[in-house]
Amino acid sequence: MLDLLLRALLGGLGVAAVAGPLGAFVVWRRMAYFGDTLAHSALLGVALGFLLDINLNLAIVVLCVGLALVLVTLQKKHIIATDTLLGILAHSALSLGLVAVSFLDNIRIDLMAYLFGDLLAINQADVYWIYGGGLAVITLLVTFWKPLLAVTVNEELAKVEGYPVEAIRLLLMLLVALVIAVAMKIVGVLLITSLMIIPAATARKLSKTPVQMASFASLIGCLSVCGGLWASYRWDTPTGPSVVVCAALLFLMAYTLPFKRIR
Amino acid sequence: MSKRLVVFDNIGIAFDGRVLLSNIDMSISEGEIVTLIGPNGSGKSTLIRTLLGLQEATTGEIVRHKTLRIGYMPQKLHIDPTLPLTVKHFLALVRGVDKQQILPTLEKLGIAHLLHSQVHVLSGGETQRVLLARALLNRPNLLVLDEPVQGVDVNGQVELYNLIESIRNELHCGVLMVSHDLHLVMAKTDTVVCINQHVCCSGSPQHVTGHPAYQALFGVPGADESIAIYAHQHDHVHDEHGSILSDDDDAHAHCKHH
Repeated sequence: MLDLLLRALLGGLGVAAVAGPLGAFVVWRRMAYFGDTLAHSALLGVALGFLLDINLNLAIVVLCVGLALVLVTLQKKHIIATDTLLGILAHSALSLGLVAVSFLDNIRIDLMAYLFGDLLAINQADVYWIYGGGLAVITLLVTFWKPLLAVTVNEELAKVEGYPVEAIRLLLMLLVALVIAVAMKIVGVLLITSLMIIPAATARKLSKTPVQMASFASLIGCLSVCGGLWASYRWDTPTGPSVVVCAALLFLMAYTLPFKRIR
Repeated sequence: MSKRLVVFDNIGIAFDGRVLLSNIDMSISEGEIVTLIGPNGSGKSTLIRTLLGLQEATTGEIVRHKTLRIGYMPQKLHIDPTLPLTVKHFLALVRGVDKQQILPTLEKLGIAHLLHSQVHVLSGGETQRVLLARALLNRPNLLVLDEPVQGVDVNGQVELYNLIESIRNELHCGVLMVSHDLHLVMAKTDTVVCINQHVCCSGSPQHVTGHPAYQALFGVPGADESIAIYAHQHDHVHDEHGSILSDDDDAHAHCKHH
């Protein structure tokens, strides 16, 4: 039992630590809906993983990254407004995933676990995935921090100064895709974006600089995981939603308690 | 003769068959201040964006000197309010910036006290100076300023133009400025290029204001008396809060603050 909880805590903390800084970028660039779209498509990745008999985590990563690339391409063509496009893709992918899962007669999939996450179900291999993927994401984030931030602050200035804007934008989307694929096990496809944006939004209240906001977001995410896991253990509530509720409570606290507004 | 930094060679730009610019020929040399004027929708910004590489020309070619290094000051700066950012951090984003230069640059522009301010709370004039600082930190030999005095009051405009001129004199860089407001631009400019889809006329400010094509676009100088220019006698200095920094009662003689 202790082993189980420890593994859940380890996995949860790993995901929250990475989701924080990425979540800050999602908030800054108003990509929340983009994150949702990728998350919803992850279920299709699970179904494909079973159908093609490949590693599920790998299938999810490949599908998320693939969809991110499709999105970037479609967005450039200006066929239709971006939010409409995202809405179409998000729900088509989710429905397609649910339909595909129903074809898997001989395999029983715990749909609830994929939709809402099950922190207690993660195994040793998942922990390796989380820390491997997380390390890759953090390394890329630290290496490309300045260009990523410059492009986020103002794309035109960044381009004039010679930053490779297109490549950086793509990198950010791939990072988000990677985090979503990794975080899916913890909070499920429907709740992943919340783990990215709620801690980041909470951190905004306490930060003066982008680095501060990214680090606080990590910390607040970790706190939420601890709190959610504890609540889940104490009252036998579902872990994923408990973590999100905990994050939302912290957000409420940050914005209602009389902290000095940082300018 | 000074080095020619940029030569626009017969530039034309069209969007979906609609011609925005055609046959644009102009050049900017080191140490030269060129002001691009034209009414709204005349293609000024499009031309600037082409020079900056933010847009492709449909025809023609922009010849850039191999040493060309542009410092760009955009019209305005929108930074998402969810992104906490101080002036210092904003300026540190310049590619390959020498961080030691940030404070001296701000001092030169008279805004050293803003170093730790959040970018979201700056006034119009302060934002313009911060943007100018960012352009300068890119170590340019050509400054491209898109409506640099927009949203700045008349005194601020004069100060900003003086600043730009002193920067030109110090760095001996070229300056390409976009404006739709002429009265204040003219004095410091070497060359005025008046465009409206094509180059209507160009030359010294005196030459351009006398040109029939200019007068057709902007009217004969002095003919339209509906706008008078108030010559503000600013003989005192304000502190950061807007109070007057003077113990001399005469400071109010020309200018009443309510």
